[in-house]
Amino acid sequence: MSVPSIEAVNLSKRYGSFSALSNLNLKIEGSKCVGFLGPNGAGKTTTLKLFTDMIRATEGKALINGVSVHENKKKALAPVGSLIESPEIYPALTPREALSMVAEIRGMPRSERKRKIEKVVAEVKMEEWLDKKVGKFSKGMKQRINISAALLSEPEILLLDEPSTGLDPRGMSEVREIVKSLKQKNRLIFMSSHLLNEVSDICDEVAMIDHGKLLVYDKLSNVVSRFSGADGGAIIIDVGLSREIDDQTVSGTISSFPGVVSAEKLEGKNLRLHFSGGIENQEKLLSDLVMMKIGLISFHPSSSALEDTYLNLIKATL
Amino acid sequence: MSKPSLKSVGPVAVPSLPTSIAQVGTITKYELLNYFRSRRFFVLLIIGIVISAIFTAVVGYYGITYLNLTSALGFYSFWWGNSITLVVILSGIFFGGDAISGEFQNKTGYFLVGNPLRRSSIYIGKWIAALTASLIIFAIYAAIAVGNGIYYFGTSIPYQFGDSLVFSVLYLVAVLGFTFFFSSLFKSSSMSILVTAILFLFAFSLIELIVSRLAQIEPWFIITYGAGIIGNVLMDPYPLTQSTRGPGGREVSTFAVSIPQGIAILVGYFVITAVIGLLLFERKEFT
Ligand SMILES: Nc1ncnc2c1ncn2[C@@H]1O[C@H](COP(=O)(O)OP(=O)(O)OP(=O)(O)O)[C@@H](O)[C@H]1O
Ligand SMILES: [Mg+2]
Repeated sequence: MSVPSIEAVNLSKRYGSFSALSNLNLKIEGSKCVGFLGPNGAGKTTTLKLFTDMIRATEGKALINGVSVHENKKKALAPVGSLIESPEIYPALTPREALSMVAEIRGMPRSERKRKIEKVVAEVKMEEWLDKKVGKFSKGMKQRINISAALLSEPEILLLDEPSTGLDPRGMSEVREIVKSLKQKNRLIFMSSHLLNEVSDICDEVAMIDHGKLLVYDKLSNVVSRFSGADGGAIIIDVGLSREIDDQTVSGTISSFPGVVSAEKLEGKNLRLHFSGGIENQEKLLSDLVMMKIGLISFHPSSSALEDTYLNLIKATL
Repeated sequence: MSKPSLKSVGPVAVPSLPTSIAQVGTITKYELLNYFRSRRFFVLLIIGIVISAIFTAVVGYYGITYLNLTSALGFYSFWWGNSITLVVILSGIFFGGDAISGEFQNKTGYFLVGNPLRRSSIYIGKWIAALTASLIIFAIYAAIAVGNGIYYFGTSIPYQFGDSLVFSVLYLVAVLGFTFFFSSLFKSSSMSILVTAILFLFAFSLIELIVSRLAQIEPWFIITYGAGIIGNVLMDPYPLTQSTRGPGGREVSTFAVSIPQGIAILVGYFVITAVIGLLLFERKEFT
């Protein structure tokens, strides 16, 4: 069975003399969620548009499952669902009609259309609006329908450009849940976002871009430990335990592991560690904690760690 | 094509895509649905009915003898020959004026373009929808004219009216081809509607006039000149290009487009603008 993949080969986009994207080489393969980060104007939307043939590359190629998007758009985009720059739907149509159009274009069998449309619309909590005209929808409601359109054909690859823009807090958390549930269904999700907590919550890997140049593409934990800890700034690691732990173990044993700056008990059975070791120390820390048999059930560098990393990396290129 | 088969590609079953022709059909279908829901179609329909009503009232009030409409052909020439090009042009402006530019300005194009279909399928699907919507209004307009013709002159409709009808449809095809092409030059909806309207309502006729009267050159390169066959064919005898001695002994020509020439101009306009329009849309960037 082939694995889904998207690949940029020397992908560049210039507007006149301005380089919006330069020589992007990036291959993402397998079922995972990759967060695409970078400041405003970094080239995220540009990259995603090149992957959907909305704009033409000045140089290089965008490949989906090995097929060039520009040369064979129909084949390349067949397994792809995308949401780029909040499109508008004809205001006179209802979500049901707009989604039927997408379903027909994508060759969804007639017998499945109704059920699948209702299913995706329920997923974005818009059931009540299924037969109302889109023209009267709020921005966030339209965005929800756009998300459902991207999900409709159950694509194996999803290209999402800031999918939670315009959504209320509940909507954002619903999007996170949707993306998480997609991960379990073996999808490749490539998602740009400014919400670092969203990315660190749902993504396995991150790619960071600035001024049209890729800065890093790696596992989330690697990126964080490489660019945050190494810079001297401590990152935060949240540790979840299944049972109570006594204060002495925290302030004694755990605090003295290499790289641990401080350790504190949070409410419940959680620990928060300030950590400034490199990747090796982080690896060792995790295995040490496991060996302690204190009921370790989760270990993750928290969102502020990613923020820290982000700020370090972006600052470095200005 | 009718029943997409399931084949397993990767972890998810991807249904095979419909053919591009089937996708054109889908675009046409939903575009028409959008037309029938939106005000534009009905505004144009009402304009068509109002023009028909004015003709009906004028003919009914003054009577055919006063208007000197002594034959069925004269009647159709008066009614159809004087008004159908306006209906065609309005269809072009209403349905073609911002057909492509609107997709950019309103960002509705972004909803479709990321899907696995050719850009040309979108363009052609939209074009067929515009033609269909225009033809509905056209048919109603023709039916009212014919209804009046039958009322005054009986059911023997002159064959020239049939010719004129066909030429009018050809003109509609060419006008929509042109307006679609033209609207893909713009990214602003109102701008492209405005420019198209100015072109068809004034500019083309003005250029035609200047070129033929002042420069004394046959304006074969102007679409409205080609459309002259719609009215000419309803005239008896068919008008011919004439040269007369004007004041000062200068030779002055009045140009009349012949049928083969008119057809060639209209077909030429359609083919050229369709090809360029498609190429432009293929290359256009959704920035
Ligand atoms: N049509 C255009 N003409 C000229 N420059 C453009 C055009 N479109 C984008 N750019 C430039 O390309 C650069 C990258 O833009 P892009 O939209 O990819 O940024 P982004 O990473 O998506 O930013 P944001 O986080 O604000 O969405 C920007 O500097 C932008 O000014
Ligand atoms: Mg962007």
